Amino acid sequence: MTTTTPATRRARRWHAVLWGVLGLVALAAVWELYKLVGPADGWLVGAQEGVTGSGIRLLPRTSDQAMPHTWEMLVRAAEPVTRAPGALPLGVVVLLAALVSLGVAALGWLLGVVVGFALALLMLGFRIAERAVLPFVILSQTVPLIALAPLIRNWGSRLEFGAFSWESWMSVVIIASYLAFFPVAVGALRGLQSPDVADLDLMRSYAAGWWTTLFRLRLPASVPFLIPALRLAAANAVVGTVVAEISVGFSGGIGRLILETAVAASSDPAKPWSPILGAVLLGLVAAGFVALLAAFLSPFRRQETVA
Amino acid sequence: MSTPAPAAAPDPTPAADATEAVVVRGVERIFPGAKGATVAALTGIDLTVHDGEFVSLIGPSGCGKSTLLRLIADLDEPTAGDIRVFGKTARRARIDQAYGIAFQQAGLLPWRSVAANIELPLQLHGVGTTERRARVAELVDLVGLTDFARHYPDQLSGGMQQRVAIARSLAERPSLLLMDEPFGALDEMTRERMQTELLRIRAETGAAVVFVTHSIPEAVYLSDRVVVMSPRPGRITDEIDVRLGDAAERGEDLREDTAFFEGVTAVREALHGPQASPAGAARGVDVR
Repeated sequence: MTTTTPATRRARRWHAVLWGVLGLVALAAVWELYKLVGPADGWLVGAQEGVTGSGIRLLPRTSDQAMPHTWEMLVRAAEPVTRAPGALPLGVVVLLAALVSLGVAALGWLLGVVVGFALALLMLGFRIAERAVLPFVILSQTVPLIALAPLIRNWGSRLEFGAFSWESWMSVVIIASYLAFFPVAVGALRGLQSPDVADLDLMRSYAAGWWTTLFRLRLPASVPFLIPALRLAAANAVVGTVVAEISVGFSGGIGRLILETAVAASSDPAKPWSPILGAVLLGLVAAGFVALLAAFLSPFRRQETVA
Repeated sequence: MSTPAPAAAPDPTPAADATEAVVVRGVERIFPGAKGATVAALTGIDLTVHDGEFVSLIGPSGCGKSTLLRLIADLDEPTAGDIRVFGKTARRARIDQAYGIAFQQAGLLPWRSVAANIELPLQLHGVGTTERRARVAELVDLVGLTDFARHYPDQLSGGMQQRVAIARSLAERPSLLLMDEPFGALDEMTRERMQTELLRIRAETGAAVVFVTHSIPEAVYLSDRVVVMSPRPGRITDEIDVRLGDAAERGEDLREDTAFFEGVTAVREALHGPQASPAGAARGVDVR
């Protein structure tokens, strides 16, 4: 057993940050290097001499149109969105949109985790449920998102009781949770079923009931399986949110912003990259949140060494 | 102890059974096999373990010794026959926590410290915090792990993990200990040390022990009585009284004593038949 002192742990954390920054710089350097050496119109393969339009053009083009300089992206992010007076800087607009999407994605994640966990418990409690539900859980993920989005919006808009009315962001939450629940359901079920027969025998010898066994044994034992599932669910919720915003037509989020700025790409090539980077940032924040959660649950992640 | 006539055996009163730790009568366990076939893991088992007695179950793999232990622990149910633990049904005894149990794998919960692992049964049965802490301190001391109470299972050696498991099985002061090859996964040196320690702990607690093993010397060294079993179908073929002396007085010297070797030979002959080893000769004994 190696015990780590706080000093070495702090040094290791700084190393991690350093490597992260270095990775970003390296990525920008590769981008710029390719832009420098690559042909502006991409590579032309198999072209016949004198025949115009022959051959296959291989992307990416390195023109300023297709690959703006990295610093141009940064500069553009600091400039106002439009020439309209009083317009906010693009970067701020992107961050605000990302924040909206983060909220929606978080709700979707939470709903997905709750539903996924409830399904896992159901499948754990009733063997019949496992046989009946699990195939549908797997099948559910084969339905393309694009087909699903209009359906959910349609069904949602018919829901009306009292002052409640269906908002388009709710459709986005549902779609995000639809993608998020799957890894949780599968991961949690595996985790809850992970205790050895000997562990279960022990609980039985203590005359512990189903719920006691769940809380004292199965739940803690499921944590190592649950953390990767939650991380996957977070990534799925973010992707689901961005895509669903576009297909549902919810404006205000980062997905819609990507679509809107893409239209401006020909005249303002650096502009669409800001919301794309915003979406990446969104994913990183979501992953960071799960990492934080994992840190809190770390006592349950000790690996058992078999005698 | 009174001496009941053998003829009275079929239907003794439950009151008489209550003084015995375990009474197994006519027990049979048949597992359903593939394609409607059945596997008789145990047939016609009759066994009595007196209060405070150390009984080993020995036999080759598949003789049903672990199955018998699981039946006594009510982790499995017999297809026929009756099991009484301190006069109660096996199920009642399990619910009343009449026994403590330890398996070949220590089976500690990796997210709980040594102290918290030992505490688990007490916590599950609603014992108060102060009482729990006192009892855990006592038990940790009993198995010699006071300095390791705050360690986690992955920081312990196999022998230490097994000691934690034994401490946990003793947590509720059971009058019966059920042990399924608890030292089976340990190296020979650790194993001998643990055996001596188990004898000391047993002498201190005065509990009856049912001990499953496939090591002849281990069975002879530890037991008052060795029950020899044979497979297909699993049944009891012989019972050998060993009684090498008071549990507290047994020491390492005993392993070189002639009485010990005689016991080993007797169990060995019961297992393999007399032709397997010339009478009285200790040479060639399987020391595992």
